[in-house]
Amino acid sequence: MSDSHASHDHSHGSVKSYVIGLILSIVLTIIPFGAVMAGSFDTAVTLLIIVTTAVAQVLVQLVLFMHMNTKADEGWNFMSFVFTVAILVLVIGGSLWIMKNLHLNMMIG
Amino acid sequence: MATDTLSNQGHAHGHDHDHHDDHHDTAGTKIFGFWVYLMSDLVIFGSLFATYAVLLRGTAGGPTPGEIFDLPLILISTFLLLISSFTYGMAVLAMNAGRVVQVQKWLIITFLLGAGFIGLELYEFQHLIHEGFGPDRSGFLSAFFTLVGTHGLHVTFGLIWILVMLIQLKKQGLTEVTRPRIMCLSLFWHFLDIVWICVFSFVYLMGVL
Repeated sequence: MSDSHASHDHSHGSVKSYVIGLILSIVLTIIPFGAVMAGSFDTAVTLLIIVTTAVAQVLVQLVLFMHMNTKADEGWNFMSFVFTVAILVLVIGGSLWIMKNLHLNMMIG
Repeated sequence: MATDTLSNQGHAHGHDHDHHDDHHDTAGTKIFGFWVYLMSDLVIFGSLFATYAVLLRGTAGGPTPGEIFDLPLILISTFLLLISSFTYGMAVLAMNAGRVVQVQKWLIITFLLGAGFIGLELYEFQHLIHEGFGPDRSGFLSAFFTLVGTHGLHVTFGLIWILVMLIQLKKQGLTEVTRPRIMCLSLFWHFLDIVWICVFSFVYLMGVL
């Protein structure tokens, strides 16, 4: 019982982990906004900055705010997340791929 | 008679124990079930993002993303939602410590920050529609209003849920019933913050680019 309580508390984080999550998120928000609003970088570089900071911030919040890990519920939380990401890749990637080909073939857009 | 009572007590005790374990398992199952719901919600948002990406160039002679997005406003709403995610985390920590008054305080702060976010979003939508750039103007604007509006609707339901939890905390306190609900709402609230990261990155920032 005490063991399960310890892991319980651990999985719900501490003030420290939430503060670290908040600071990282603020930094990872200011960087892309700054890059776009200053407009001093190449479009490709700015695009790379936006995508990198977005992925980093999603991971920061998944781990530090939502406490996702590979151990909770025998990994079922994590497995269902991985499955959903696979679906998302298919849906979003597939849509863009098909529509790009359609645009090229139909000579529209 | 005495033995009956004893055995009854023994039975009741054993039953209570089982009951407690049941509750623990039920709470875990509830939270996992809610997680699975969030994953299906993620697929909905993914489909809306895909729709937006496909319709992005379909402006039909109307405004392009770069012409209508107000980045300073979006930065403020982003910070409101981000800080509300943090304050909800504080509410969960207060719940783990068993301090019901602290939980209520943090929930109220979270509610106000979330309400500020929704207020800014409504202002943005109202402003766009007033300018004649409503969802009926072009494919791009339809997809934009659907995607951002669905997120806003989720946040609104989260706000209602926070109010319901405040009432339940006042009436019932922190119990086996209210605790899992606060944990599910915690997942919901953080999840909406994560979806918003994708919205401000892929819709607003890339739109202005």
